[in-house]
Amino acid sequence: MPDLSINFAGIKSPNPFWLASAPPTNSGYQIMKAFDAGWGGAVWKTLGVPVVNVSSRYGGVNYRDKRLVGFNNIELISDRPLADNLREIEEVKKRFPNHAVIASLMVQSRQEWHDIVRQSQDAGADGFELNFGCPHGMCERGMGSAVGQEPKVLQMIVEWVMEVAQKPVIVKLTPNISDITEPARAARRAGADAISLINTIQSIVGVDLDNFAAYPIVDGKSTNGGYCGPAVKPIALNMVKNCAQHPDVRLPISGIGGIETWRDAVEHILLGASSVQVCTAAMHYGFGIIREMTSGLEQYMVDKGFNTIYDFVGKALPNVTHWEDLNMKYKVTANIHEEKCIGCQLCYTACEDGAHQAIRLNAGTRVPEIIEENCVGCNLCSLVCPVEQCITMDRTDPGTEHLTWKERVEAGTAPTEFNDEKAGGRHHWVPEPSAALGKERHKTLPGKARVLNGETEIPAEA
Amino acid sequence: MAEFSTPTTEHEFAENFAQLKPLMNNTEALYESSRCLFCFDAPCIKACPSGIDIPLFIRQINSGNTTGAARTIYDANYFGNACGKVCPTEVLCEGACVYNLQDMKPIEIGRLQSHATRSVIDANKHLYKAGAPNGRKVAIIGAGPAGISAACELRALGYVVDVFEAKSHPSGLTLYGVAPYKITNEETLAEMNYLQEQFGYSVFYNHPISSRQDLENLEKTYDAIFLGIGLGQTNALRLPGEERDNVVGAVEFIEQLRMRKQGTPVGRKVVVLGGGNTAMDAASESSRLGAEHVVLAYRRGKEEMGAYEFEYDLAKGVGVQGLFNVAPVEILGNGKVEGVRFVRTVTTGDKVSTVPGSEFVEPCDMVIKATGQAKQAGFLSMIPGLKLDDKGRIITNAETGQTTNPQYFASGDARNGGAEVVNAAAEAKATARAIHAFLSK
Repeated sequence: MPDLSINFAGIKSPNPFWLASAPPTNSGYQIMKAFDAGWGGAVWKTLGVPVVNVSSRYGGVNYRDKRLVGFNNIELISDRPLADNLREIEEVKKRFPNHAVIASLMVQSRQEWHDIVRQSQDAGADGFELNFGCPHGMCERGMGSAVGQEPKVLQMIVEWVMEVAQKPVIVKLTPNISDITEPARAARRAGADAISLINTIQSIVGVDLDNFAAYPIVDGKSTNGGYCGPAVKPIALNMVKNCAQHPDVRLPISGIGGIETWRDAVEHILLGASSVQVCTAAMHYGFGIIREMTSGLEQYMVDKGFNTIYDFVGKALPNVTHWEDLNMKYKVTANIHEEKCIGCQLCYTACEDGAHQAIRLNAGTRVPEIIEENCVGCNLCSLVCPVEQCITMDRTDPGTEHLTWKERVEAGTAPTEFNDEKAGGRHHWVPEPSAALGKERHKTLPGKARVLNGETEIPAEA
Repeated sequence: MAEFSTPTTEHEFAENFAQLKPLMNNTEALYESSRCLFCFDAPCIKACPSGIDIPLFIRQINSGNTTGAARTIYDANYFGNACGKVCPTEVLCEGACVYNLQDMKPIEIGRLQSHATRSVIDANKHLYKAGAPNGRKVAIIGAGPAGISAACELRALGYVVDVFEAKSHPSGLTLYGVAPYKITNEETLAEMNYLQEQFGYSVFYNHPISSRQDLENLEKTYDAIFLGIGLGQTNALRLPGEERDNVVGAVEFIEQLRMRKQGTPVGRKVVVLGGGNTAMDAASESSRLGAEHVVLAYRRGKEEMGAYEFEYDLAKGVGVQGLFNVAPVEILGNGKVEGVRFVRTVTTGDKVSTVPGSEFVEPCDMVIKATGQAKQAGFLSMIPGLKLDDKGRIITNAETGQTTNPQYFASGDARNGGAEVVNAAAEAKATARAIHAFLSK
């Protein structure tokens, strides 16, 4: 059996799945339930001077019939007195000594930071997470993302914390910044033990079309929230990768952002995370999702022959490079597996309207045909195809040559002038503009079958 | 043992004849519409005789523009709601859905369609109005799917439209001839009211056009006359004993069922003669009315039946028994029917021949003849110059619906020989445009 346990910058946990600092970690009750369910750790809902919240607080993004592909909130940090939270931290640690309980903290002055670090340390917290990420409400008061966006201020506060902290300190970063490695490096300079990212992204999830207010609505008004959920994973993965690859960061990373299944977690880990944090998925489905996550992770490790998490932390990093280092001699071409095709022709219209006109339709069949000489190998058709493995992108270059943009620039073979002979698309076939005329209009006429290649008739009105 | 007990109340009737395609709620419509792939040059559109832009209306439902979805449907087909419920979608749009090729459930297009149309009908949200008056008048004979569709389109084009209907309600076989589990009377008539309120054509009910004098009056008063007369009564079998009590035509039986519901008498043991969709309906309906034993007798083999497979499955599902390769010889009884004498048949190629000495009697107390509807040749012969083909169908220009008497146009069953509601609606809409083109010359 693979060993799922981790030692994250000195914080031990039976598995890498932690609940992120958020509503699911608002109380000892919830956290004990979660540990019972199988979670490895929890980052307590951020402690500080208790807040007063508004109603309502959450907004969702639905895609077709899928609920909450994106989620946002305007809730603030803990609204419970510090003493209550500390007492419960103590109780949780007593009952679950081998699970990770991390105190998330957000205060203002040096004195407050010193006080709250000491008190949560005394309560038995295994570590701290400094909340420099919250992008709504708290930032208006000079905390949260307001700190994360100012590397110098961030560095100063981390230094204050390090003055008294006897347990590992994790700095939680905001993605609402151009270069995530700047605050990451500031954390490193200040002596932090680890970083966690991403916090939520400033967002408006939707607008009420009848009342002209953005969601979530508080008495007819709204404010920007923090965006999370499955939709943010790609942004999180990129930022985790940026921090993991930067030579001046070199800190353990707790990956956060869009993690709902074991697969999402493995992706974060492959790009450098060595613990992962989950919030939206637990808010949507409850703590029970951990069953799927741990079993999936375990199965993956068995299948790959990994014994510990550390066998694959950052394993994909060497393969994420700069664009200029990609091999331009590599070529894939779309291949439609006719026997699987159901004839929806989404690939045709996608390529025709959204790509390079490299798919044609033929009379007498609904199965489209790839025009190989026009196919640039962009993947679009295979991405829109609704049938598993119906369109594959097959390698068509001999695999013997390797040439990057960087090498072309160095060799002087890269295009440099507006009408350069060396332009990539110079000899690529593009239809005459006038060939488009009349191709679309018939589709918008009601009550008539559509037209194609003369198979059906153009309605008289056209 | 009967599959169903005889319904005695409206409620029991509704249970026995529960809707095959019940109204989708908003959540179900959202989920189902989410499955649509938005195919290019979609096969479902091509399979729809009225050419509804199905992927568009499904996408409109999905994006919360249900009113727009209803407009997309009605732009192509004025019987949008009825068609969503009574169309044989299994062999039309849903049968063409690309999901079938992956052995997956096709999109429930019919139910989505009615979901959209019901939302505007129930809210009485008007989408159309009559066009500016152009000073011309068209008479329509028959308020069925063809007649009403033509009336709507002609009103939109600015014509005064008067519809003459022999019966007391509109929508023709949608009301009088479709199985009650496909659509209820209330739902059918709600759509008719909805259309009439928007387009404002006049309908004269209980007003048959049956004499040369009637026609002459129309010819003098109207610029064009549209024939949407459908078909007539059930064909006679010309069998000995056909006149006995409890030997009824399927069309007449179904009409009674739609009008009298649980008050419709049915036998304990029913023999239905025929292999078409109407035979399937009559058999299913007999069973749902509480008949203990329903036999569907067809003179050829099971595979040769004209009925759609799903219609036969539906009948089988309510306990109907198939009896194939049998031809009725005589209807037996003493005043009332007591049985049918059959002879067995064999099919060789196209020919059906009887097997000598194979006669047997199938006892029953009711016979339903589902052997096709007669053409209305007698009436049509009163229209000067109007020609019929060898099957009794009105000869028309395929594109315009104009008959061989240029003042007369035709659509629906009288022209196509008997097809679906959707065919009549689609033909009539095109014919109405052709009338406009003809009168605008």
